[in-house]
Parts: sequence; structure tokens; C-alpha cells
Amino acid sequence: MADILVYSEKQDAALELAFKGKELGAALGMGLSAAAFGPSAADSAGALGAHGVDRVFVSEDPALEGLGVDVVAEALAQVACEAGATMVLIASTRRGKELAPRLAQKLGAGCVTDVSSLVLTDGSVVASRYAFGGNTVARENLTTESKVFAVMPKTFEIAAPVAGAGAVVQAALSLQPSAAKVVSRRPKDGDAVNLDAAERIVGVGRGFAKRDDLGLGEELAAALGAELACTKGLSDFGWLGEDRIVGLSGAKTKPDFYLAVGVSGQIQHTVGISSAKLIAAINTDKDAPIFQLADYGIVGNLYEVLPALVEKLKAL
Amino acid sequence: MDIVVSVKTNLDLQMIRIKNREPVLEAIPYKTGDLDKNAVEAALQLRDAVGESKVIVLTVAESNRKVRETIKEVLAMGADEAVLIVDPALESTDQAGVARTLAAALQKIGSYDLVLFGEGSSDDYSGQVGPRVAELLGVPQIGYARQITAGGAGVLVERSMDEYIETLEAPLPAVLTVVSEINEPRIPSLMNIMKAGKKPTEEWSLADLGLDPAAVASSCETLSNLAEEQDRKHIMLEGGAAEQAAGLVNALLKEGIVGR
Repeated sequence: MADILVYSEKQDAALELAFKGKELGAALGMGLSAAAFGPSAADSAGALGAHGVDRVFVSEDPALEGLGVDVVAEALAQVACEAGATMVLIASTRRGKELAPRLAQKLGAGCVTDVSSLVLTDGSVVASRYAFGGNTVARENLTTESKVFAVMPKTFEIAAPVAGAGAVVQAALSLQPSAAKVVSRRPKDGDAVNLDAAERIVGVGRGFAKRDDLGLGEELAAALGAELACTKGLSDFGWLGEDRIVGLSGAKTKPDFYLAVGVSGQIQHTVGISSAKLIAAINTDKDAPIFQLADYGIVGNLYEVLPALVEKLKAL
Repeated sequence: MDIVVSVKTNLDLQMIRIKNREPVLEAIPYKTGDLDKNAVEAALQLRDAVGESKVIVLTVAESNRKVRETIKEVLAMGADEAVLIVDPALESTDQAGVARTLAAALQKIGSYDLVLFGEGSSDDYSGQVGPRVAELLGVPQIGYARQITAGGAGVLVERSMDEYIETLEAPLPAVLTVVSEINEPRIPSLMNIMKAGKKPTEEWSLADLGLDPAAVASSCETLSNLAEEQDRKHIMLEGGAAEQAAGLVNALLKEGIVGR
């Protein structure tokens, strides 16, 4: 019986993949394996085992230190072989997205990255992802025997732990250390933010005339308990950091509420907000494409509307 | 140092219109990938810093017509040579097929210390081709480079990960992919655009690389490719700024976003 293998260097993401892997495995008659590497492998193995994974392959091989992409790909290829896995699910974090194609190349597998849904259709697992720069969603079917899917984090839920634990297997790996050595690692600058996890977001765009005016957006974000995000254009000006970009080349967010301020609504940006539960937009141009995506729209000058909004919110 | 930069020509995606959820692709002009230009710029800066180096741009397409303007543009930016792999069989290939073609082309070029890619293409943004090429060549890969310096064992790369900045050192040859924050690609001068046409350009077919059309056949079948349906309320809040603000706050109270 073939297996589905799940892996992410982030434990929550791995548990999400385990949830989906269990569901697909049950439908396809496949078992569920997972891999966990490095010093926290034993902890992760426990969590994965408690979330329905049949076998967790662990390794603390020193070659895996720093999680060099070439070494992790080789380790996963060896685990896939040992587990008899023909489908591998990886979280499309930055690490995962560079890992998945390298692993696929090793396995002779087809690969889809940035997957936004996996649906069983006529016995095949069909992966959806954005195409044409976010204008469309393509449904892809891999015709190779082995398949690798890199799935965007927060695509699936994490199931409640189940009774009984999966088996922990010490993987018999033969690895060489990566030729690329990690010299240093430092956190991103002071204002680094994880938009993927934000529940409310105020997104700002070129409607702001100058950098200093972003203070209005910050005040509004504070009043809403929201994170501040921006379009790629604004970040290109150097007004906000790269990790505040929402869209195709930034975060694909899933907040409860997204408020777009001075954002025209180019597809490269809106692809990162279309999963928001509720969207409101403020723009001077009544024909701006952002209004097509908005639940609530305000045609108006942000320099007048934002202070009024902050005042009303503070009065609550 | 011999630096090869892979570039891709895409449809100008800003120009795509959607009709009944279908993308309308007729009469859409081509455009050089945005991040590909960052990769070219990074290569040019590295070449000029190291000295005695050259930059070769490499591209893969089903027709010469599709990539002609891209090649002219990146040669005008300052790349020294261009290699085009043109073959009708490449029209329906996938990322694995492109990677196989590029790896074969790199082997035919023979000398490469660094192979640069954009982190993703402007259209698919799959990020697959660079890592696949690295695996085919059996060389280290470093993705998401925001700064590249020659030195140490070969190259020192600062890269931008989800939550931190990481610096890695790799021996050459190596495959790197770059993010947009690495630089601001230069705009070619009129003089350099005129000169670009005279730079050495090679054009090879798959057969020239010893590849069969079957070697680039796609294993990814697109079942549908449609615009997303969005179900939104489209409620416009009228009145002056104060009235509109009050309307939005009331809506947010009703939706349970604020006042919980």
C-alpha cells in the first residue's frame, strides 16, 4: 500500500498537512507517513502521531543542521522510498517552496507549488493554484506516478488529536552535509510582521501622497487592532518593508477583515486579499477595481475619512 | 566569473481582461519577467565588482518572435551574450521540461559559476525551475537572495526567509534565486539599445542539446483556468466623510469585527 508523506519545518503547518493527508489517504486507501528532522524531531513526532499519522520518520542526523535545502530534499527522498510514499505534501513556506521542486526532481515527480486547495476528483488529487499573475485559478492534475504538492500555510484546519499514537521510526538516512553553509541568521528588522496570521489588516496603497502620511494608516490600524500592510508599489518606494507586502509577491492573507485604503485593486495585490471574510475599501476613484471586491465601499478622500473613522472607533 | 541568468518572457498580465470568468489573451503584448530583470541587474553588478567576468542570458521559448524583445532588453541592460533555446515542442512543456532544457543548455555552454533566476516568474510564480536546475546540475541552491557578494569559498548570499534574514556561503558553481528588494533594475540607454543588436547571440534547438521532444513533455494537466468567483456585498456608503465613517463603523459592529 502506498503512503502519503507530509513534511514541514513548521509544526503547525505539518499538522494541517496531516489533517488533509489523513482525509485523502482514507479516500484513496493510502497510509499516512510524516517526517520530522532536527533537534525538535521527537516533539514533532509526538504531535504528528497524535494527529493521525501512522508512522513518523525522525532523524537528528547532523547533516540536517541548518535545514540545507539540498540535504532536506535528499532526506525526504530517502524517507519517501523507505515509507513507500508516492505523494508528498509540503507546506509552501519560503523553505518549503524551494524544497518541493528539488525533491520532485529527485523523485522524477510532477510538482505544484502554492497550492490553495487539494480536491479528490475522479480518483485523482487535483491541486488549485493562482495562474496568470493571479487573474485566474488553475486546477492542475499531475500525471506522474510520484507527486509533490507544496500547500500554502493555513489552507487546511488542524484536527483535534485522536486516540492512539502513531509509530515513531528512526529513519535510516545516508546524508552528506550541504555545500552551502549557514554563516548567520538574524530576525528581520524591528517592524517585522507575520501577515499570514493576522486577523485584521489595514492595507495601504498609492493613494497616500507621502510617506509621513502613513501615520494616518497606522492610527487606523491601531484603533482597529489590525496589522498594517501595503501594496508592492508602496514597498518599492521604500515606505514599508517587504514583509508587509500583500499579494502575488507577498503574503496571501486570510483575515476576518481587510480594509483597503488608497489601494486601486490591481490583481497582483488583490490575489492576497480575496480570501478575507470581509473587505472594505476607501478610494477617491469610484471606478477603482478594488470596489468590485469590497463588501463595503467608501468613495472619498482618505485624508478626511481616516481621521473620522479613528474618532468613531475610539468612541466605541 | 561566468554568470548565466535565466530570463522568461510572459504575457503582460496587467493587460489581461476577464470575460465570463475566462481570461481574454488575444492581442496581449509580451513582457520580460519583473524578477528576471532583478536577476540580470544582480549579475551585472557582480560582474562589475569581480572583474574579468561575463554575463550570459539564457532563455527558453517555443518561438524566436516571443523572446526577441526580452533578449534585446536584457542585452541593452548590459548582458554580454545571449543563448536562446527555441523549439516548437517547448510550447506545451512544464517546469520540469524547462529545467531539463536549461540544464542541458548550461552543460553545452560548459562554463558557469553562478546561475541566477528570479524567485518566481511573473505569470505562474511557481518557483520550481531554479531548484530543479540545481538538482539536475547537482549544485547547491540558495533562494530569495537580497544581497550577493563574491568571496569566501565562492559566494556569500544574504537571503530573506519568512521570519529572519539568513546569510549563507556556498562554493561555485551554485544556483541562486533573487527577490525584488535586491536592487532596482537599470533602464537601458538609447545608445545601449542600439548596441544590443550587435552582441553575440546563439540559437539552439532541443536537438542541438541532444533532447527529444518527449523529454520536455508536460506531466501537468490543466483541467480549468478561470477567474475566481467572488461573492461580495458591494454596499457603498454615501454621504460626507463623517457619515461614511459612521456607516462603516456601524457595519463593522453588525459584522462583529469591532465592539466584541
